[in-house]
Amino acid sequence: MDFFVQQVVNGLTLGGVYALIALGYSLVYGVLKLLNFAHGDVYMVGAFIGFGVLTAFGGPASLAAPVPLVLLAMFVAAALGSGVLGVVIERFAYRPLRDATRIAPLITALGVSFFLQNAVLLLLGADVRTYDTSAFIPVTTAVDVGPLSISLVRILVIVAAAALMVALARLVGRTKLGRAMRAVAFDREAAQMMGVDIDRTIVATFFIGSALAGVAGVLVGLVFLQVSHLMGFIAGLKGFTAAVIGGIGSVPGAMLGGLLIGMAESFTAAYISSTFQNLIVFGILITVMLVRPVGLLGTPELNKV
Amino acid sequence: MPPIGVDEWVARSGERTEGHAGPLAPVLRRLERIPPWAWLAIAAGAAALFPLLTDSAFALRVGVNALLLAMLALGLNVVVGWAGLLDLGYIAFYGFGAYAFALVSSDQLGEDGVHLPAWISIPAIMVAAAVLGLLLGLPSRRLVGDYLAIVTLFFGQVFVELVVNLDRVRLPGADEPISLTGGPNGIPGVDPISVLGTEIITPRGYFYLLLVLTVLLMAGLHLLDRSRTGRAWRAVREDALAASFMTIPVNGVKLMAFAFGAAIAALAGSVFAAVQAGVFPQSFETPFLILIYAALILGGAGSIAGAVLGAVVVSVTLELLRDPDQASVLFYGVVLLTLVARLRPWKLLAAVLGATVALGLVTHGAAGAISPDLTAGEPALGGWTGGALDAWLVLPENAATAGNWAFVALVCGVLATTLLAPRLRPLAIVPLVYVAAFAWEARLVGQPAITRQLLLGALLVVMMTWRAHGLLGSRRVEVL
Repeated sequence: MDFFVQQVVNGLTLGGVYALIALGYSLVYGVLKLLNFAHGDVYMVGAFIGFGVLTAFGGPASLAAPVPLVLLAMFVAAALGSGVLGVVIERFAYRPLRDATRIAPLITALGVSFFLQNAVLLLLGADVRTYDTSAFIPVTTAVDVGPLSISLVRILVIVAAAALMVALARLVGRTKLGRAMRAVAFDREAAQMMGVDIDRTIVATFFIGSALAGVAGVLVGLVFLQVSHLMGFIAGLKGFTAAVIGGIGSVPGAMLGGLLIGMAESFTAAYISSTFQNLIVFGILITVMLVRPVGLLGTPELNKV
Repeated sequence: MPPIGVDEWVARSGERTEGHAGPLAPVLRRLERIPPWAWLAIAAGAAALFPLLTDSAFALRVGVNALLLAMLALGLNVVVGWAGLLDLGYIAFYGFGAYAFALVSSDQLGEDGVHLPAWISIPAIMVAAAVLGLLLGLPSRRLVGDYLAIVTLFFGQVFVELVVNLDRVRLPGADEPISLTGGPNGIPGVDPISVLGTEIITPRGYFYLLLVLTVLLMAGLHLLDRSRTGRAWRAVREDALAASFMTIPVNGVKLMAFAFGAAIAALAGSVFAAVQAGVFPQSFETPFLILIYAALILGGAGSIAGAVLGAVVVSVTLELLRDPDQASVLFYGVVLLTLVARLRPWKLLAAVLGATVALGLVTHGAAGAISPDLTAGEPALGGWTGGALDAWLVLPENAATAGNWAFVALVCGVLATTLLAPRLRPLAIVPLVYVAAFAWEARLVGQPAITRQLLLGALLVVMMTWRAHGLLGSRRVEVL
C-alpha cells in the first residue's frame, strides 16, 4: 500500500511537470495552430538557467543566500529567460511564416529545436549537470503523512505546478488578455476585426507558455537532479502527448493529460518495466487518438469551407 | 498590395508566369526545353564518371552516402513533398529495412544464421515495410496534419527503443533468450549484396549499384508523379476536403503515400546494411532524420531533381566540414559569396568589404598594442590566406569562452539585422562578418560535429522563411 501511494506521489510530481509543459504547447497550438517542436528545448534552456542561478549563488553546497530566496531567483530567472527565448523564436522563426503553407512552420520548428539543442551543446558541453538538491534542501525535511514520508522537494513541485495552473486558468478565463487569447484561438481574422492586437496576443502567449516551460525545467532539475542538452526532446514529446490526450487548446485538458501521462509512467516503471515506459505512453496516445481524436476534454472543430 | 477589389493571386499572376529576362534568357529558355529524361541521362552519366576519376576510398564512401541520402530524400519527397504529410517516423522505415536485411543475411538468427539472396530478401523487405507504412498510416485516417506528425515521431522513437531493448527475447518454446537485434551493439557481419553471381564488396561497386537504383527510382517516381495517383496526392495536399468532393479517396491516397515512402526507405536501408556490413541503432536516431529533411527542403520538396540535388549538396558539404582546412575555405567562401550576391550595387559591396578589412586591421593593431597575447592564436587555415587572416583577426590562444560569447553575439546580431531597415543593414554587416570569423576560428571550427548540426538546424529555418520551395521546387500558394 505504501508503495502504491509512493507511486501516486511520483506520478503527481511527474504529471505536474508534464502538465506545465503541456500547457505551453496547448496555449501556442490554440492561438497559432502550430505544433511548436522547440517547446521542449525551451524547457531544457530553463533548466540550465536555473542551474546557472544556483551556481551563481555559490553552488548547491554553499549557498550565499537563504534557500527560499535562491529558489525564487531560480524560478524567476528561468521563467524570464525561457519566456524571452520563446518570444524571440516566435518573432524570427514563426511570424514570417504565419501565412505560409501549413507544413512550413512545422519544419521550421524542427529546425529551431535542433539548433537550440546543439547551441547549448556548443556553449555548455555534453556534460550532465547536477542540481544536487539534497545539499540545500535536506532529504530529512520530509512531511510525514501517516506511514508515508514525502520529501519537501516533491511537495514543492506539486504545489508550484498546481498554483501555476490555477493562475493560468484564471488568466485565460478572467482577464482581458485571456479573452484576447481565446478570441484569436477561435478565429484570428475575426478577432483582428474586433480590434484585438494579434501580434501582441501571440507574443504574450509565447511568453507565458515558454515561461511555464522554464519553471517546469527548474522543477525537474530539483526533483530529478540531472539536466542535459538532450532532456528537452523526450519531455517535449510527452508534454505534447499530454496536451493532445487532454484535448489540445484546452487548459484543463492539458492538466488532466499531464497527470494521466505522469501516473501512467510512474506506475509502468514501478509495476511493469521502466524499459516500456515510453511504449506505454505511446500506446495511450494512439488509443486516445483513435477513440477520441479531439482529446478527452477537447471540443470537435467544425470543418469550415 | 494590389488595389482594392483585385485578388492578390490574380494581381501577381504575371510575376509567376513571366519568362526569363536578361542576357541569359535565350540560353535558359533553351535549357527549359530539354526533356526530363535527357537531364536524367546527363546527370547519371556525369555521376558514373565520378568513380573513374578518383581512387580514394573516402571519396567513394562520400559518393555512396550521398546516393543513399538521395534515395531517402526521394522517398520522403513522396510523403512530405507530394502528399503533404509530415512524417517524422520516416527514419524508422530506413532502420526497419536495414535491420530486416541484416537479420536475413547474417549469422544472427538460428545456428548457422539465415542467408537469403538479396534479390529475394530486398523485395520482400520492401513489401513488408510498405505494409508497416500502411499500419502506421492508419491513424492518419482520423488525424489531421499535426497529430500525424507526433504519432509518427513517437513511432521513430519507439523503433530505436525496441531495437536497443530487443537483445534478450525469449521466444515461445525456446529455453535461452536470444538476441534479436543485438541491442546497442547492433548486428555485425552482414553479407554483401550479390548481383548476377558477383558479390559487391568495394565502395566503387556499391556506388554503381546505388546509382542504378537511384536512376531507376527517379524514372519510376517521375512516371508516378504524372499518374492518377500522383495527381491525387497533390490534390489531397492542397485541399483534402476539395479532393474528397472530387471523389478522390483521401484516406487511401494518404496511406498509399506512406507505403511508397516506407518501401523506398527500406530499400535504402537494406543497401545501407550491406554497405556497412552491419547495423547499429545509432544510425537511426533523430539527427539523421533532420539530415534527410534538410536535404529535401534545401533541394525543394515536391521536386525529384531537387531531392537528389539537395542530398548531394548536403552530404558533400557536411563531409567537407570534417576537415578544418576545407571547412574554413567553405565558410569564408560562403560568407564572401553571400555578400557578393546580396550587396548591390558594386560600390556598396566594395565599401562593405573595405570597411570589414579596415575594421579588422585596426582592431588587430589595437589589440596587438595592448597585449601580444590577444593575437597569439592561429587560424585553422594554412597558406597565404591563413596568414592574411592572422593579420586581420584578433584571436587569442584558447579562446573557447570568448568564442562562445561571439557565437551568441553572432546569432543575436543576425536576428537583429533582419529587423533593421534595408538601408541600414550594410552597416551591421561589417561587425557581423568580423564576429562570425571570430566565432568560427575560436569555437566552431574545432567542433565540426556540433557545427554540422547547428548548420542543419539553421538551414531548415532559413530555407523555410527565405525560400520555402527550395532550390528546384516550384512555389506553392495555399489558398485558405
